Amino acid sequence: MNGRFLRRVRAFFTRRRLDRELDAELAAHLDLAIEENLERGLSPEEARRVALAELGGAQQARERHREARGLMRLDIFLHDLRYTFRTLGRDPGFTAVAILILALGIGANIAVFSVVNTLMLRPLPFPNAQELVWIAPPPQKCGLSCATYSTDAYDEFRMYTHSYQDVTGYFAFSSPGNLSLTIGNSGPLPATSIDVIANFFNVLGVRPAMGRLFTPADALDGASPVIVLSDAWWRRQFNADPQIIGKAFDINGRQTTVVGVLPASFDFGAVFSPGAKIDAITPLDLYGPPRDWGNIVTLIGRMKPGVTLAQARQDANAALPHMCWNNKYPQSCGSYRRGAIPVPLKEYVSGRLRRSLIVLWSAVGLILLIACVNLSNLLLARATARSKEFAMRAALGASRGRIIGQLLTESLILSGIGALLGLCLANLLVFWLAHQGAIALPLLGTMRIDGTALAWTLLVALATAFLFGIFPGARMAAGNLQESLKDSGLGAGQSRKHERVRSILVVTEVALACVLLVGAGLLLRSFLKVLDIDLGFQPERAYAIKVDLPPYASDQGLRTQQAYHGLIGRRTAFFQQVIARVLQIPGVETAGFSDYLPLGQNREWGTPWPKGIPQPDALPAGPLVYVVTPGFLRAMGTPLRGRDFNWDDNFNTQSVVIISQAYAQFVAAKAHWDNGDAVGHTLSNGQQDLYIIGVAANVHEETTEGDAGWQIYYPQTQAQPTSAQLVLRATLPVNSGPVLQALRTLNPNQTAAEFRPLQTFVDHANSPRRFFMFLVAAFAALGLLLAALGIYGVISYSVTRQTQEIGIRMALGATMGRVQREVLAATLRLAAIGILLGTAASLAVARLIASLLFATSPWDLATYLGMAAVLLAIAVISGFLPARRAAHVDPMVALRAN
Amino acid sequence: MKPSKLDLLQGTLDLMVLKTLAAMGSLHGYGIARRIEQVSGNQVLLNQGTIYASLVRLEQRGWIRSSWGVSGNHRKAKFYSLTAAGQRRLSEDARYWERLSGVMDRVLQMDKDSGALPEDGEPA
Repeated sequence: MNGRFLRRVRAFFTRRRLDRELDAELAAHLDLAIEENLERGLSPEEARRVALAELGGAQQARERHREARGLMRLDIFLHDLRYTFRTLGRDPGFTAVAILILALGIGANIAVFSVVNTLMLRPLPFPNAQELVWIAPPPQKCGLSCATYSTDAYDEFRMYTHSYQDVTGYFAFSSPGNLSLTIGNSGPLPATSIDVIANFFNVLGVRPAMGRLFTPADALDGASPVIVLSDAWWRRQFNADPQIIGKAFDINGRQTTVVGVLPASFDFGAVFSPGAKIDAITPLDLYGPPRDWGNIVTLIGRMKPGVTLAQARQDANAALPHMCWNNKYPQSCGSYRRGAIPVPLKEYVSGRLRRSLIVLWSAVGLILLIACVNLSNLLLARATARSKEFAMRAALGASRGRIIGQLLTESLILSGIGALLGLCLANLLVFWLAHQGAIALPLLGTMRIDGTALAWTLLVALATAFLFGIFPGARMAAGNLQESLKDSGLGAGQSRKHERVRSILVVTEVALACVLLVGAGLLLRSFLKVLDIDLGFQPERAYAIKVDLPPYASDQGLRTQQAYHGLIGRRTAFFQQVIARVLQIPGVETAGFSDYLPLGQNREWGTPWPKGIPQPDALPAGPLVYVVTPGFLRAMGTPLRGRDFNWDDNFNTQSVVIISQAYAQFVAAKAHWDNGDAVGHTLSNGQQDLYIIGVAANVHEETTEGDAGWQIYYPQTQAQPTSAQLVLRATLPVNSGPVLQALRTLNPNQTAAEFRPLQTFVDHANSPRRFFMFLVAAFAALGLLLAALGIYGVISYSVTRQTQEIGIRMALGATMGRVQREVLAATLRLAAIGILLGTAASLAVARLIASLLFATSPWDLATYLGMAAVLLAIAVISGFLPARRAAHVDPMVALRAN
Repeated sequence: MKPSKLDLLQGTLDLMVLKTLAAMGSLHGYGIARRIEQVSGNQVLLNQGTIYASLVRLEQRGWIRSSWGVSGNHRKAKFYSLTAAGQRRLSEDARYWERLSGVMDRVLQMDKDSGALPEDGEPA
C-alpha cells in the first residue's frame, strides 16, 4: 500500500507526462476503434461517432485516470491555492488589511509566548535545573538581608544535610562598580563582580567557554587573586581576546589573573539579580575575613536525584539547630529561627511573575480573538459580495465540502502570510526586549524565538485560520442556492441576514476590547498609584555616584582600636573635602555619603533594643543599616525630626543613631516612652548604647510597592562604611563631568563610575510593573483599533447598502442632520451593547488580576467609566465617516444608481 | 424492448481486466475493452474510457506492467501484461468471487419450503 502511495506521489509530480501519455493512448484507442468500425462496414463519419460514443468522453476518461493515479486532494488544494492567490491579488485592499490585522495579532502572541516560555515554561538554563533549590527563610521585607547566612552557617548546613549533592552560594552584598580595572595609562574603569563560593559553578553545572572555573584552592586565604569574565565583558572590554586566559590585569590595585571566560548562556544577573549587569565572578574567601561579616551568603543547593522537595525541606529543618551565626559565639548556634526552606530555584527566580505572565498571555489571547472576529467580519463582507460566485459554482456541481475547502484555503493563506509577518514583528520585539538590560525581569536577556515558539506560531496560525474561516465558510456553503442567485439588489434578504451576523460580531469585538481596556485601565491606575507612593525620599533632582576611597596603609590590618580610629578620621577628612568640593559645582545644594542606597543593596545588623525592656517574640525583621555622613538625609530629601548627625559626633562623644519612624513607633510603644516619641531615648546593641538623636521618615528601601521596613542610620564618624555612595541634590540639572572632575582632584584613581539620577533607582524598581502595564496597554490600544475598524466596516457597509433607501427618504424631505444622527445612533447602539456585555465580563474576570493591582479595586468605578467613555468616543469617531457619507447622499444619484 | 445493460459493480472491472490479460497475454487498452464486451455478450455497460483508470490503478499496485509497442495493424499502442503479483492477485480474487457467487446463488434459490438458511454459507 505504501509503495502505491509513493507511486501516487510520483504520479502527482509527473502529471504532465502522464497526461500526455494518456492522450496518446486514447488517440490510439480511437484509431483502433474507428478502424474496426470501418471494417464492419460503417461510413467514416459513423465509424468515428460510434467510436467516440463507446469511449464515453475523453475528458471524463482523463479525470478518472487522474483520480485513480494521483493525489486528488492535493491536486484540488493546489488548484484552490492558485485560485486564492488570484482572488486575493484582485482585492489588494482587503488582503493588506487582513494580513496586517493577522500579523499584529499573531505577532503579539508569538512575542508574549516567547516571554512566557522564557520566564515560566522553559527550565532554567542549567543541566537538571529541577534539582536546584534556593534555600532561605520565607520572603521578608528586608530582601536579601534576611535571606542570607553566615559562612559558618553555610558550612554547617552543608555538613548536616544529606539530601543535597552539594550546596553553594554567593556573596549577596557586592555593590555595583566594586571592581576598578586599570589597563595601561587610561583612568581606572568600573566593573561589577560577584564573589561566589568556589563550588558555585559545579553545583549549577556551568562549564567554562574558555579556560577553567574556580577550584577550592582559588578561595583560600592568601591565594593569588583570580577572576572569571562574563562573555559580555570579555567581548566588550577585552575585544574577545582569544588569548586572554592566563593574562593578569590590575584590578582593585592587585594583579589578578583571568582563569576563565563564562559561556554566553550564563548570565549571573539574568538569573539572580535581574536588571543588574554582572561583569565578572570572583571566588569568595570563605574562611578568611568574611567569617566575621555576619549573614552574607545566599544558599543554593542541588538535591540528590530522586530526593523530593519535602525530604529536602525536612533535611534542611533538621540542620537548623546546628547552624551558628558565628562559631566563636556558641550562643549564636541555632539562632536562625526564621528557618531555611528550600524552594525550587525557578520558583525563586520567576515564581512571582507567574500571575502577571498569565494575565499578559490572556491579553494577547483576547487580541487574537478580536483579530479573528474582525477577520470573520471582513470575510463575511467579502462573502456577501461573492455569494453569487459561489452559488454559480454550486450550480455547476461544486460540493459543499469543496466550497468550504476553498474558503478555508483562503483563510489558511491569509493566516499563513500573517503568521510569517507576525513572526518578523515578534522577532523585532523579542530582540528589543532581550536588550532592555534595565528591566528588572529575570532571564530576559536569554529570550529568543526558539523551536517551541515556532511550533506555537504554527498552532496559532492554524487555529486562527480555522476560527475566522470556518464561520463565514459554513454560512456561505449553507446559503440557499436559488436565493443567492436571485438576491441581486442591495437590501435583499441574504444581505440583511449577513448584516445581522456582522453586527453580532462587532458587538463581540467591542465587548472583548472592553475587557482588555478595563484590564489595562486598572493596571495603569495601579501604576500611577505606585508612582505616587511616598518613598521616604525625593528622587527628583538628586543624583548618586560611587566614590572610590583612596587606599590607606592601615586598611589591611585594623588590629588595634587606634588604627581603626585613625582610619575613620582619615575617611571623615576625605568625605568632608569631597562634599566641600562638590558644593562648589553650580546648582548643587547639599551632598552627603552613605554606604548603601535605598532600592539597592542592603544589610542588617540585628535589632538594637532599649535595655531592660523584653523583646517581643514576634519581632519584625531587623532595621536595615546605613552608615552615613551629615547631610546625607537632606540630600536624599528624607524628612527628619530631631537633629542630623554632625561632624563632631566622634569616638569621644556618645554613640548616636537616627532611626526610622516605624521602628521608633514600635519601640516607643513597647517601652512606653512619653508621647510615643523615641528622640532622646537610648537603645542598646548588646555592646554599646546608641542615643537616638532623630527619627527619619520611613524609606522604601527594598521595593517601591511593598511596605517600608525599618531603617537605622549610623554616623560615618563612628562606624566604618563599606563603600561610599555620594548623593547630591541640585537646583539645576547636573551632569557627571564636573562631579568626576571634582572627585579626581581629590583621588586620581576615581573610576569613571556611573552618575545616576536617583530616579533611575526608582524606575528600575518599578520596571517590571511598567513592563507589564506597557504591554497590556499596547494590546488594549491594538484591541481598540481593531474594534474601531470593525465598527467602521459594518456601519460603512450598511450605509452603502441603504444608499437607495436614504436617497428616497431625503427626496421625501429627511434632513441631512437627521440621516447623520440615525447612522450615528445605529453605531452607538452597537457600541453600547458591546460595552454593556464587556463591562459585565470585566466585572467577572477582574478578580483574576486583583493580585496585580496596587491600591486599586478590581471594580474601580472611575476606570470602568473612563474605559466606557473611551470606547464610546472611538465608536462615534468610527461611525462618523459613514454617517457623513450618508448625509451627503445625493437623492438623484442614489435613485439613478442600480 | 432490449433489456438494459448491467452496471459494473465497484471493483469488478479490475478483476475482469486481470482475467482478460491472463487469458490473452499482452493487450492494449482498446483490445481489453473490446474483449470484455465480447465475452460478456455485450451485456455490460462499459465506458471504454474507464478502462484506463483501472489500468493505471492496477499498474501502480504492481499487478500489471505496460510498454509501448506496435499492434497487428501497425499502430503504436500501449500494451499491458500481467505480472507475477498480478497472477497471484487474480487467483485470490477469482476464488473470492466464486465463493461470493456461490453464496449469492444459494441465497437467491432459497424458497419458503427449504427451511433453514445455509449453515455457514461456505462451500467445501
